[in-house]
Amino acid sequence: MEEIGLLMQGFAVALQPENIILMVAGIVLGVLIGVLPGLGGANGIAILLPLTFALPPVSAIILLSCIYWGALFGGAITSILFNIPGEPWSVATTFDGYPMAQQGRAGEALVAAFTSSFVGAFIAVLMITFVAPLVAQFALQFGPPEFFAVMFLSFACFIGLSKGSPFKALAAMMFGFLLAGVGLDGVTGQLRMTFGSMELMRGIDFLVVVIGLFGLSEIFQSIEEGLRFKGQSAKITMRTMLKTWAELPRHWWLFIRSSVIGCWMGVTPAGATPASFMSYGVARRMAADKESFGKGRVEGVIAPETAAHAAGTSALLPMLSLGVPGSPTAAVLLGGLIMWGLQPGPMLFVEQKDFVWGLIASMYLGNIVGLIIVLAAVPWFAMILRVPFSIIAAIILMVCAIGAYTVNSAEFDVVLMLIFGVIGYVMKKLDYPLAPLVLALVLGDRTEESFRQALLISEGSLSVFFSNWLVGSIMVAGLTLMFYPAISKLMAGFRSPKPA
Amino acid sequence: MSVTTGNDTLVEAGAERGPSMKGMEIGTAVILMAMGGIAIMDSLRIGAGWGSDGPQSGYFPFWLGLILVGASLVNLAMALKPSAKSEGALFATWPQLRMVASVLVPTAIYVAVIPFAGIYVSSALLIAFFMIRFGEFRSVVSFPSGALAAGVAFAIFELWFLVALPKGPLETYLGY
Amino acid sequence: MMLSRRQLPMIGAGLAVAGGTQAQAQRAWEPQRPVQFIVPAGTGGGADQMARIIQGIITKHSLMRQPMMVVNKAGGAGAEGFLEARNARGNPHVLIISLSNLFTTPMSTGIPFSWRDLTPVKMMALDEFVLWVNASSPWQTLPQFVEAARAGRIRIGGTGSKQEDQIITVAMQRAMGTEFIYVPFRGGGEVATQLVGGHIQATVNNPIEAVTHWRAGTLRPLCVFDTRRLPGEGRITDTMGWQDIPTCKEAGLDVEYLMLRGVFAAPGITAPQIAFYTDLLNRVTQTPEWRELMANGAFNTTTMTGAPFVEWLTREEARHRSLMQEAGFLAAGG
Repeated sequence: MEEIGLLMQGFAVALQPENIILMVAGIVLGVLIGVLPGLGGANGIAILLPLTFALPPVSAIILLSCIYWGALFGGAITSILFNIPGEPWSVATTFDGYPMAQQGRAGEALVAAFTSSFVGAFIAVLMITFVAPLVAQFALQFGPPEFFAVMFLSFACFIGLSKGSPFKALAAMMFGFLLAGVGLDGVTGQLRMTFGSMELMRGIDFLVVVIGLFGLSEIFQSIEEGLRFKGQSAKITMRTMLKTWAELPRHWWLFIRSSVIGCWMGVTPAGATPASFMSYGVARRMAADKESFGKGRVEGVIAPETAAHAAGTSALLPMLSLGVPGSPTAAVLLGGLIMWGLQPGPMLFVEQKDFVWGLIASMYLGNIVGLIIVLAAVPWFAMILRVPFSIIAAIILMVCAIGAYTVNSAEFDVVLMLIFGVIGYVMKKLDYPLAPLVLALVLGDRTEESFRQALLISEGSLSVFFSNWLVGSIMVAGLTLMFYPAISKLMAGFRSPKPA
Repeated sequence: MSVTTGNDTLVEAGAERGPSMKGMEIGTAVILMAMGGIAIMDSLRIGAGWGSDGPQSGYFPFWLGLILVGASLVNLAMALKPSAKSEGALFATWPQLRMVASVLVPTAIYVAVIPFAGIYVSSALLIAFFMIRFGEFRSVVSFPSGALAAGVAFAIFELWFLVALPKGPLETYLGY
Repeated sequence: MMLSRRQLPMIGAGLAVAGGTQAQAQRAWEPQRPVQFIVPAGTGGGADQMARIIQGIITKHSLMRQPMMVVNKAGGAGAEGFLEARNARGNPHVLIISLSNLFTTPMSTGIPFSWRDLTPVKMMALDEFVLWVNASSPWQTLPQFVEAARAGRIRIGGTGSKQEDQIITVAMQRAMGTEFIYVPFRGGGEVATQLVGGHIQATVNNPIEAVTHWRAGTLRPLCVFDTRRLPGEGRITDTMGWQDIPTCKEAGLDVEYLMLRGVFAAPGITAPQIAFYTDLLNRVTQTPEWRELMANGAFNTTTMTGAPFVEWLTREEARHRSLMQEAGFLAAGG
């Protein structure tokens, strides 16, 4: 096959010593960026972009894309150890990852997360290598109605999943949607719910809310129960790693399913965040005992991490072949390509073979190097848990404050983070589920936007959501998923009331 | 609401006293309802109808606000029901809340000071305070540790990544 | 006051030229701390890219002793960034890059600020706009497109709402006497792909956003919204190059629009400080990296400083006001 030959040439480019050094440096930097909330992949790459000016394009993109892989790996670390998602796509990882750490299984969770990330990325790169042109054609099919249908499907996967009172879940979700709506309405350019406040005008950023809601509230809750974190100092040895690995092949179907969801979301391009949520939702739906999710199941880590990394990797495909970034990070990389004098788009694969295949080869190598580096560092990460509470809590507070600030360079966001810390503490104690709030906040904007774009195109007719087989079948799948719990509940009758 | 009842009994308050779950449930439901109300008001101002080419700016916030008010009403009713499971339960005990406040209050002060002292100086002080207050470290250890952590952050953000974080008089004095 | 080591060389330089001419003294000013470069838009957009390229060029060629930090302040369609720059009165370490939202945001949101609140430093370039249609559409020339637009509402996609793309759409409506459906998207790349996918029927993308699809044979340019044809030698496709795209005026549609890519400083800074930044940006535009960017993006390379720039800004502001007013985009009291 032609691809194999081109790929081998690509490996020759990527395996040059200076490129390997850049790869390692990029991964280490990326992990650091992923760990620090706020300094996300997009920010990190944007900041480093000008520094790559002096490098040849292939080396520069290898460095930057390795930072991206590193950030994808790194996002999981703080989610699992401290319940603080370093990146939006690792929010779903906290649902089961953090409980695992609390049970003293931090090592297992980290190994599972990193391995899943690797598998997801690997499957995505395989897809990019062999079916790139086909996939790019598929991505072109996605207009606003299809995009809305995908968003709808993400929500449908999640509805009915939270335990406890459905009305509390509903209230939390609506609250999330309203928060997403604050600021400038992208469709009409009108200011909404800002009440003349300059600070509210920039909108309420998802990361700021999540840092408060998850990270800060966790500190408050830990301190209520005594001055320590619940994460027991987990002993992490080679055996933990091997034991975890021995367990993983059992979940092969989960890996494949999550990778497919991830690739699809990355190509469309909806991005890694909805992919991780959707994959988590589906994994929970398919599980035999749904109730044990959220209490520390390794599947709850595998599903979102595999999907997020598959999406993050495949998001580069529409960027390269269509010039449309599949994620904010890809958007910055796109800027980089233009800066280096490369024109992303359909002709890139034809005219810049060295560049494209060098990059693809570096995806293989970068992810292998990344996996080795993060796995080697697992014992160190777990060691952080042994630092006394008095020190680590204050450092977490500082990192959270810096993270909240860097999102928009706004001091008000730090205040907002603190407020959401308190809100999160109260909501958790009152059994208001946080997941629907976060999901609504992160997807709310795009969902409303694509809904309204679709209606602009159809001149107000709702039939646009069933106008062709693609959008129609996604919508039907979404509706089925949405009403399935209600139907099955009705069928089962009203069993003993669940704890509210 | 019973949240405000305990001030005089604070001293002898045992582990069994504190704001009731019921009070907090009611309070939260009411606050969320108010949020929904605000959203509805603002949406009506900018137009919450269905225009010729789809929904107007306020359409979604309006309905979302309405659903939020509705859901909160149900939550309120659940909390008010005499047979509610939260009946008699405590949200947290006063000693527990005092513990939370011992972190929350310094954090609030920290956030309030950042615009004036910059993030680095405030962080150094916060870390030192935590070490002395919760870790029973001596100040000879704590203050240098705080300064070190802030220094590392400064090196990473300000020098390495060229990310500008809030700075105060000290940094200005040093020429940054 | 204790002087840091950073400041000492500057003082020395200051003393050396103290007895010299005014011009020498002006060149003597240099930033004493990192310069903040505000981008009143999100990460990854056109303005952000240009700011980071300028930052990269300055770093690579060591044009400034102090580092330059790019800060995104996108809130309220960029109002946040402009207000921050305005409030930094007298601070010589704040720069801001502008796009059309310098004119449109205060008009559409009613947030009170204008370019008069800032110190204009230099127009770096002007961004061109081209009318694109899908290559499989029947419209080969502008008149055919106009005819189709008269027969039924055509869907035009663009970036953002009440900003440059929609303003051009409105200007076309006015000139053609037709009505379009304008669909806002988030970014130029997304708009181009939506057109390739056939979800919308036309766009007014910048050249750089659509050139690769043109080369791949999926999009077709109809005309460019400038008074003269685009620069650039050679062919992009087998049959056409940039200079083969007619201007809209010669094709029979009297609409012209160029977007400002300019750099401003905080208000109230001194003449030597303005001189330093003008000189710095002049040197940026002379680097090969900058020239390459201009050629790749088929930018209009007009640059201006001082009085002509101010005059240009005055004229453009008035034009935006009349276009926005006509479209009903002005906020109450704006």
